[in-house]
This record gives sequence, C-alpha cells and structure tokens, in this order.
Amino acid sequence: MSDLRDLYQEVILDHSKHPKNFRCLADPSRKAEGYNPLCGDRITLYLKMDDGVIRDIGFQGSGCAISKASASMMTAALKGKSADEARAFFERFHRMITSDPADAIDADDLGKLTVFSGVREFPVRVKCASLAWHTLRSALQGGPEEVSTE
Amino acid sequence: MRGAHSLARNDRDAARPAFDVEKVRADFPILRVMAHGKPLVYLDNAATSQNPRQVIEAESNYYATSNSNVHRGIHYLSERATSAFEASRDKARDFLHARDRAEVIFVRGTTEAINLVANSFVRPGLRAGDEVLISTMEHHSNIVPWQLACEATGAKLRVVPINEAGEIILSEFERLLGPRTRFVSLVHVSNALGTVNPVKQMIAMAHAQGVPVLLDGAQAAPHVVLDVQDLGCDFYAFSGHKAYAPTGIGILYGRREHLEKMPPYQGGGDMIRSVSFEKTTYNDLPHRFEAGTPNVGGAVGLGAAIDYMNEIGREAVEKHEAGLLAYATEKLSAVPKLRIVGTAKHKVAVVSFLIDSIHPHDMGTILDLEGIAIRAGHHCTQPLMQRFGIAATARASFGCYNTKEEIDALVAGLDKVLEVFA
Repeated sequence: MSDLRDLYQEVILDHSKHPKNFRCLADPSRKAEGYNPLCGDRITLYLKMDDGVIRDIGFQGSGCAISKASASMMTAALKGKSADEARAFFERFHRMITSDPADAIDADDLGKLTVFSGVREFPVRVKCASLAWHTLRSALQGGPEEVSTE
Repeated sequence: MRGAHSLARNDRDAARPAFDVEKVRADFPILRVMAHGKPLVYLDNAATSQNPRQVIEAESNYYATSNSNVHRGIHYLSERATSAFEASRDKARDFLHARDRAEVIFVRGTTEAINLVANSFVRPGLRAGDEVLISTMEHHSNIVPWQLACEATGAKLRVVPINEAGEIILSEFERLLGPRTRFVSLVHVSNALGTVNPVKQMIAMAHAQGVPVLLDGAQAAPHVVLDVQDLGCDFYAFSGHKAYAPTGIGILYGRREHLEKMPPYQGGGDMIRSVSFEKTTYNDLPHRFEAGTPNVGGAVGLGAAIDYMNEIGREAVEKHEAGLLAYATEKLSAVPKLRIVGTAKHKVAVVSFLIDSIHPHDMGTILDLEGIAIRAGHHCTQPLMQRFGIAATARASFGCYNTKEEIDALVAGLDKVLEVFA
C-alpha cells in the first residue's frame, strides 16, 4: 500500500493551507459551481476570459486538503492559458489520477500538477482531486450552473 | 408485570459469566483482517456492524441444509425454511417485547419500514394543511419518505429543533404538536451524534394529542434494550446490519390495530389469500405486508444475531459500551484542537468530532492507513450538519467488540493527523 506522503505531499499541504487565487472575481465572464455530494465539498469557480484566453481565475468554497490544493494549483497553472489548452490540461490530469497504479506515471507535461499522481493510489479520493477540474470544464462550456462529481 | 419481566432478565444475567470482550472478539472473524498491513480497528459500527461467526454459520447452514421458498411448498425443505423463518420472527418479537408475532414484519431494513408506514398508514389520511413532525437530527431515510408524502398531499413537514448539545428541545416539541399534527416520526438514537432521545416521554406527549408515533430504531437496536410496549410506540423500525446481522433484512413492528387497517404496501405473492382478475383477498398479518419471496437467509441471520446479543448479555454490552463512550470522550477531548459534536447527557457510544479546520475526509484517509476505520462525512444527516454550521464530521462509533486499546489506537492515529497537518 502506498505511503501517506504519496498523497499528502508538502506542496499539496502548502496549497491547502494557503490556497492561491482563493477569491471571487468581481466581474467574471464565466462562473460555475461544483459539488461533491459524497463529502459535501463545494467550489465556486470564476473565470475572466478575453479572446479565448483565461486572463484571471479565482475560486471559493470549502473542502478537504486534496480538493482545495487541487483547485489552488489548477488556477495557478491555467492563468494565461487558452480555453483549448485548459481542456487539454483537464484530460491529461484526469488520465493521470485515474490511471492504474501498476502503470508508470504519465505526467505528460503536467508540470507541478504531477504531485497529484499519488491520488491514483486512493480511489475514494479521486473525486476530491477532480472536483475543481470538472467545475472548470463546466465553466468553459458555459454548461449547467452546478456540476456534481456523482 | 414489568417488574416480573425485568426480574427474569436479571436472573438470566446473574447466571451468565461476566462480559469478556476478548471472548466476544474471538467470535468475529473479520476482526482478524489486516487493513493496510495493520490490525483492523473497526470504529464504523453506526454504519454497519460486523457479523459473529454464529450469524455467518447460521446463514451458511440455512443455505446448506434448508434453502427453499417459504409458506408454500409442501416438501421437507420448504417446511424447514418456513420454520426457520418464522422462528426468527419469534426471536424478533421477543427482542422488541412485542405483544403479538403478527405485529412483526420482515422488511429490507429501516428505510423500507419507514416507507411502508409513510405510504400505507400516513399518506392515505393526509390532507392539505396537515402536518408531519420529525426532528432536526433525523437520518435522510426519516426525512425523505415524509417529504414525498407531504408533496403528494399538500401536507407540511415540521421539524423540532435541537439545542447545541444535540438534544431535542421538548418545549418546542410540545409547541409543534398541534391540531394539524397527524404523525410523529422520530429517531430513537441519533446516528450522527449518539443522542438517546427521551422517546417514552415524547410518545406520551404525542399520544396525549392523539398523534401516533414511529421510532427509527436503526441505531438503538444494537445498543439499547428495547420494549415497544413499555415505550408505547405505534411503530418501531430497525435494520439487521447495524445489529450484528447481515444486510438486506430488518424489522417493522406495528401495533396490530394499525396494521389491520392499513392497505398493503406492495402487491405480490405471499401477501394474498386468493387472487382472481375480479378480486383479490389479502393474507393475514404479518404476511399481508411481506409481498414476494423474503430474504429468508437474512432473517435466519437476524435470528442468530438476536440469540447472540442475548447470549453475551444486552445489559452487559450496554455497560461495556458506556465504558467505551466515557473513555473515548475523555481521551478524544484531550486531543489538541479537537471538538466533539454532540454532547447530550444521554448518549450511546458514538463520538462525532472535528479537529481545527482539518477536513474529516483527510482524517479518514490518514486513519485508514493505520488500519482504523471511521466514518467521515455528513452521515446522511445533511440538515443536522447545517444546524451545526458544518459540512461533515469524523465519527467513531463503537460496538460490543471494541476495546479501550482501540480508542488508544484512534488517538495515536489522530496524533499522526495532527503531525501531517501541523
């Protein structure tokens, strides 16, 4: 079995305690709500888009260390990226955290987000790590107001 | 009558050897499982309790020697299956101290029992403006069936508030019991807080207004000695799987005079006397409410679980668990930044807690790697969590086989949590 530190890496703990972009945007061009009914985690994600590019991004909500750190690091990674690049990030991130623990980690240019690779050892926590990302996808699509991990 | 009854119980206890937790533990094969390489510390009994080998063997033995359909075959096995099934009903009757075996209905669990009463007893008489009364600390399964009944009829669901300790405010209950109250459905013991509600008093208060009462006993059945006649409740529901029996089996007790007036809940085999396309006549109680082939193996398991609880001694277990609650409360209170949610004067061995701003799911994962199983989440009581302004708690819930050493392991695990989140 995996070690605790595979999941709770220092950088994850830092982000959970001091999340980046933990604020609402005054005049967002996109906004979406995410909810994990299993644990009650909630997130509201705000995007300021300009010419297909994420100029500013912020989030608010409550959740476990994994979901908070994931939202924090996601927002840090996506500022200045295009909507298409952000969607590609979502796909790669999702693939990494749901891959078989027996396989080699395919971080695929995820950069700092690779710290979440340990999540794949904890299937019940995958939804925590992916909540912010599902909410992002909904915000980019301008889809339903609230997405659920269920 | 009651006095003689409890005297008989004490005599049984006196003849029984003292409660030996190690002997009890030896009866539960699952307690020998290693979880993530550590000895399992199972503290999630409020979600599901474990089965002693006596229950596992009874169920397995039923399938090996008696499996058949009940109440209809004329062959050897069917007779054996029927008598095993009906013997379990008698055990459940004794367990509840019900007057009559016809008042004991096999269901899938507490949820089905509550839905049965909501649909067959309460809903047909509900009119717009009528009220159904529940409390803030109900499990979703004692909220949603009433919401459905109210939505369909225009009746209103009223909720009795609780205080900061997690106790029902009786003066509010009295105030809410009004001329439009048609039914009261109350949790006997709270799964999230451990509170034991003063249900006997509350039933008397409701009856004084002519209002019938259902008790959700899912959490009470394994921990509290039950006597439905003494409590005076109209209905009592509990699940086998929280009382050392398998999943998928439970009991609804209903007073005969109510059951006799109730239309069937589900139609099918076993609940009828004769069927024609013009008219069907229904079977007698309790079979009228047991449509379809029941969970016979589960019922046999539940009967064995009741035997087991009687064998180790219900009062002895109550005492053992009270010791665990006191020890856990003391030790957990000493953990830095830990706050217990639910501090009622009268509790069973359930301790819900929060540590600083550490999310219960993070605690759950870290404890899991230590082999310690707790529940982290809203415990299917989201309105209760809202009442306390929280999203979730961590919950350690104890059963007959838990020990003080396991509480020490929990506290050591929480030290690890604090270390990670320092």
